[in-house]
Amino acid sequence: MNDIEKNTMIINGNEVEIGDERNLLELIRKTGIEIPTFCYHSELSIYGACRLCLVEIEGRGLHASCSIKPAPGMVVRTATEEIREIRKISVELLLANHKVECPTCPKSSTCKLEDLARRLGITEVRFKKTNIDQPKDFSSDSLIRDPNKCVLCGDCVRYCREIQGIGAIDFAHRGKNTVVSPAFGKELAKVECVNCGQCAAVCPVGAITIKPEIDQVFKVLDNRKKMVITQIAPAVRVALGEKFGMTAGDVITGKITAALKRMGFAKVFDTSFSADLTVIEEGTEFLNRFAKGEKLPQFTSCCPGWVKFAEQYFPEILPRLSSCKSPQQMFGSLARETLPALYGVKPEDLVIVSIMPCTAKKFEARRPEFAHEGLRDVDFVLTTQELSTMIEASGIRFAELEPESLDLPLGFKTGAGVIFGASGGVTEAVLRFAAEKVTGRKLENVDFHAVRGDAGLREATIDLDGKTVRLAVVHGLKNARRIAEEVKAGRCNYDIIEVMACPGGCVGGAGQPVAFNNGTIRKRAKGLYEADKMLQLHKSQENPYVIETYEKILGDVGGAKAHHLLHTRYQSRRRITEKGMPLLTGEAGDKLSIKVCVGTNCYVKGSQNILKALTREIEKRGLSNEVDIQATFCFEKCGEAPNVMIGDQLISRCTVEKACAALDAALGTRQKVTVTA
Amino acid sequence: MTSQPHTVMRKFEKVCEIIEKHNNDCSKLIPILQAVQEEYRYLPEDVICYVATALGIPSSQVYGVATFYSHFALKPKGKYVIKICDGTACHVKKSIPILEALLKKLTLTPDNMTTSDMLFTVETVSCLGACGLAPVLVINEEVHGLMTPESTAALIDQIIAREEAK
Repeated sequence: MNDIEKNTMIINGNEVEIGDERNLLELIRKTGIEIPTFCYHSELSIYGACRLCLVEIEGRGLHASCSIKPAPGMVVRTATEEIREIRKISVELLLANHKVECPTCPKSSTCKLEDLARRLGITEVRFKKTNIDQPKDFSSDSLIRDPNKCVLCGDCVRYCREIQGIGAIDFAHRGKNTVVSPAFGKELAKVECVNCGQCAAVCPVGAITIKPEIDQVFKVLDNRKKMVITQIAPAVRVALGEKFGMTAGDVITGKITAALKRMGFAKVFDTSFSADLTVIEEGTEFLNRFAKGEKLPQFTSCCPGWVKFAEQYFPEILPRLSSCKSPQQMFGSLARETLPALYGVKPEDLVIVSIMPCTAKKFEARRPEFAHEGLRDVDFVLTTQELSTMIEASGIRFAELEPESLDLPLGFKTGAGVIFGASGGVTEAVLRFAAEKVTGRKLENVDFHAVRGDAGLREATIDLDGKTVRLAVVHGLKNARRIAEEVKAGRCNYDIIEVMACPGGCVGGAGQPVAFNNGTIRKRAKGLYEADKMLQLHKSQENPYVIETYEKILGDVGGAKAHHLLHTRYQSRRRITEKGMPLLTGEAGDKLSIKVCVGTNCYVKGSQNILKALTREIEKRGLSNEVDIQATFCFEKCGEAPNVMIGDQLISRCTVEKACAALDAALGTRQKVTVTA
Repeated sequence: MTSQPHTVMRKFEKVCEIIEKHNNDCSKLIPILQAVQEEYRYLPEDVICYVATALGIPSSQVYGVATFYSHFALKPKGKYVIKICDGTACHVKKSIPILEALLKKLTLTPDNMTTSDMLFTVETVSCLGACGLAPVLVINEEVHGLMTPESTAALIDQIIAREEAK
């Protein structure tokens, strides 16, 4: 029998069986040989740009192993003299193009370029530095872009487009001028970026990094007048340990608490407490909607990346989003409401810091609706990565710390609040609440395995006393887009849909320590489910401090006070800051301004026809000089598309007839005004 | 620069027609952009956004394509686009002194190749396929061969005089 029939090939002299690998690279790695790559990620499309995965195939020469299918009989060598030399040159060329400032770079120690240079034994760069100095982009609340460090691997571009379905950044220009940039070279904060930060997580170098708030937090910790308190999100406790030599999934809440206390935080609370509150509010909201059969499916609203995504792309489903604030913001408003009196501090001296696995939480905390009288509900948001830096900067030997317990009352949680950090966790926590509420019986088995797992879209049906609840759990915004399209088109009949922007949910957030494989994220999720098991209580409704909070502060579940503190609203949001297109500019001194929206939603609903008809009408009546017509992008009322603005009047769900009537009315009053004047 | 009211509207309607003709198909992006540029003589930002919206793709992607090909312009071009050939034959026949003379005469810099009165835009191209006439330049669609810095300056003066007479 020859090799072809055997379905095997030779790698570095060893016979290897070919399985269902997508490409040669995967097969080689499976045999335990490490091949360096920059632009290869198994979940993204194959790009073949970095040329580091070159291998020698007998009879065919050098090929990028990411772009070749393994074939029976192939003879491959992975580290010949020639390959080593080419890899070295490639990395040296990248280093010549890269702004090298490793000791002060936030990516230092997790930088792939740094790692490769070391692994390939590069001690000098033989090429001339390019030294082009482009401005950094600090506009975003969550991320910093430094184009001078970009190596053009395109990982961020493909992640944003392929996994998140957004495409906020892309390659622009050509040749040596190529850059990765938002449209028109605009700042990141001015385009459709939802701040999920996964671009920063996949960036092999420091071209996109998390915007730190470390200095600000150290500063308030040093200020004796301030009482600084903090909340720790569920996903942080299973990931921070990775930075200190522990395994992903190790639950180290006690150590984190001890570290925070040493750094000067007066109280350390748990976001899982407010997650318990979320379960009760959101669960009640769901049961009400379910009973009435309205505004279904209910979408979850804990993920700020998803919320901004929905506001930008799916204004018509915004009423279906749960009106509940995220646990971070629920904690913030409850802390602002109750803690100043409890501890006898002035409201302005209470500083609320949250520690999150997420970059979008930084954006969320700065949303204007979450600030009252100049005080934000959450002052600062630190990511898990930033916390590890602060622990190191404080000179704390983390591994040697003795665990300490969280503070009461806002630090007490049930397992339901803890599993929030994993995709499917919110749904499971809500089910634990809803099942008891609907059946009126005590729920004995609290595990809903149907919603756990790591598929991008998971569906389940749960029977609640004869009533079937259909649920879906999605993560990754491209999956969310698909399901939102279905909902919009009325083609799916789920009752509740959980959406998390990041793959794996919050455990896979971009603020977490950089994880180079999915196994890490799975381990973190497992850690959360184990933490749930280790707690005595698993149902939010059994949390005694939550019960007490309702009795003493909030009143009824879903009542006025609860609504005021724990719920929010959404509004459609334009994707890109863009002026309108002037289409017709009249010459009269006092012109009537007409703006017709041609953004996606209005476009789909036929705004272009209105524009056409209106222009014809104006020409027919000889009014061309009396008006200014502009095609504009987005009045942020996309749910009521198409929108037309005539004078100061915004006409939603506009038709040609409505527009003409408004035009008559506006010009009529103007003429009258002219006459009387 | 104020445009006549009606032409702007017509141009926009033309953009809508172009997109419709290509069935809002994003794989036809390049022909769409070419046709749109025919209308506007460049690709304004808001028109790019509109095209992206109509094709259902991110603006960053359209921007990427528009900046990749030198055929596409993101800034308005002058009424007269002067393309100087700097292909091998023209280069050897001293095209660069012509370019330098032009930049000097029109007070242009490599960063800004359009005159402030929007009359002229200067571009270099790699080969116009008229090597027998080297050095060659093309003003709009008109080919001028065997040029010198002096004859080029004279040509510019003629155009300016013609425009002023209007």
